[in-house]
Amino acid sequence: MKRSKTMELGVGLFMLAGILGLLFLGLRVSGLTFNVPGDTFRLEANFANIGSLKPRARVTMSGVTVGRVTAIELDRDWYDARVILELDAELEGKLARDTTAAILTAGLLGEQYIGLTVGGDPEMLVDGDTIRDTQSALVLEELIQQFVSNMVSD
Amino acid sequence: MIAHILNLGRRGCDVLEALGRSGLFLAQSAVGVPSREGWYLWLRQMHFVGVLSIAIVLVSGLFIGMVLALQGYTILVDFGAEQALGQMVALSLLRELSPVVAALLFAGRAGSALTAEIGLMKATEQLSSMEMIGVDPLRRVVAPRLWAGFVALPLLTIGFSVVGIYGGYLVGVEWLGVFEGSYWGGMQSSVAFIDDVGNGMIKSMVFALVVTWIAVFQGYDLVPTAEGISRATTRTVVYSSLAVLGLDFVLTAVMFGGFS
Repeated sequence: MKRSKTMELGVGLFMLAGILGLLFLGLRVSGLTFNVPGDTFRLEANFANIGSLKPRARVTMSGVTVGRVTAIELDRDWYDARVILELDAELEGKLARDTTAAILTAGLLGEQYIGLTVGGDPEMLVDGDTIRDTQSALVLEELIQQFVSNMVSD
Repeated sequence: MIAHILNLGRRGCDVLEALGRSGLFLAQSAVGVPSREGWYLWLRQMHFVGVLSIAIVLVSGLFIGMVLALQGYTILVDFGAEQALGQMVALSLLRELSPVVAALLFAGRAGSALTAEIGLMKATEQLSSMEMIGVDPLRRVVAPRLWAGFVALPLLTIGFSVVGIYGGYLVGVEWLGVFEGSYWGGMQSSVAFIDDVGNGMIKSMVFALVVTWIAVFQGYDLVPTAEGISRATTRTVVYSSLAVLGLDFVLTAVMFGGFS
C-alpha cells in the first residue's frame, strides 16, 4: 500500500474541520456555555395559567436574563402549573422573599418569558424556595371576555 | 393469471432474499478488527468519499443558507419579525436541510462512484481473484468503504450546517440589514444543542449508514456486465434518495413530532 502524506493530511484536516464545525454549532449557534451545574439555584413558582410558556424560556429581571425555566408540570395538590426556575447562583440569598414573578410576552407575537420584580422583605429566597406572589400569563380570550362583560355591565 | 401470481410470489421472494443478503453482507463487512493495513485502506476511502466531497457539499450549503435567508426575510418582514431570521435559518438547516441535502449529494457524488467501482471490480473478476488468494473482499474492499461513508457523511453534514448558517448571515445581516445581534441571539436562544444539533447528527448517521450500505451492496450484488453496472449505479442513487427522504419523515416524526 502506497502511503501518501498529503492524503493523510487531507483526511486529518477534514476530521479536524468537522470537530471544529461541531464546536461552532455548539457554542455559537446553540449558545452552549461551560456552566458547572452548581452555578445555578432552583426556585419554584405556581401560576394559575402559564399561557404558552415553554421550558428553556428566559427568566429576566429588569429585562436582563438571569436564568431559565427548566421544567413545567401540573401541581396535583392545587391543580395549577408549577414552574421550576434555575437562576444564577450569584442571586441566591439576594432576592427578597416577596419577589414577584410574572409571565410576560416579548412583543406582540413573541415568545413568553418570566419577569421577576424584587420586593422589600428582609428575608431572602434560597435554593428550593417557592415564589408566592405570581402573575399569570395574559390570555387573549380571557381579556376579551373581561372587556365584553365590562361593556355589558356599563 | 396463475403465471402472474407465481411471478409476483417469485418477485417477493427475490426482494426478501436480497434484503437478507444485504443484511448479512452489512454484518459481515462492518465487523472485524481493523488491522494496520485496513486503517490505510479506510484512510484512502475517507479521502475519496469525504475530502473530495467537501467542495460540492460546502458550496451547496452556502447557497441553500443564502436562499433560506432571502426567502425567510421576505416572509418574516411582513410580520415585522425579521429578527427571527437567524432562528429560522439555523433550525431549518440543523433539523432538516443539512442531513437530507448532504445525504442526497453524498449519494450522488460518492454512492454512485462506490457502486461503479465495486461493480467493475466484480465484472473484471478482481473480487473472485482476491478470494482465490485468500483475501476476504468483504474486509479488504467493502469494509473500508462502509466505514469511510459512516464517518464522512456526518462530518460533511456539520460542514453543510456551518456554511449554511454563515451564508444566511451574509445575506440576512450583510445584505438585507438584519441586526447582527438578533441574528445570532435569536439563534442561540432557540437552538438546543441536544435536541436540534444532536438529533440532526443522529439523522445524518442513519442516512450515512443507509446510503453507504445501499451503495456498496448494489455494487457487490450486481450482474457483472456493463449494463448491470449502469443499472446498479442508477439503483444506488434512486434507492438512496428514496430511503433518505422516507427515513427523514419517520425520524422527524419520532424526534420532533411530539409523540415521545
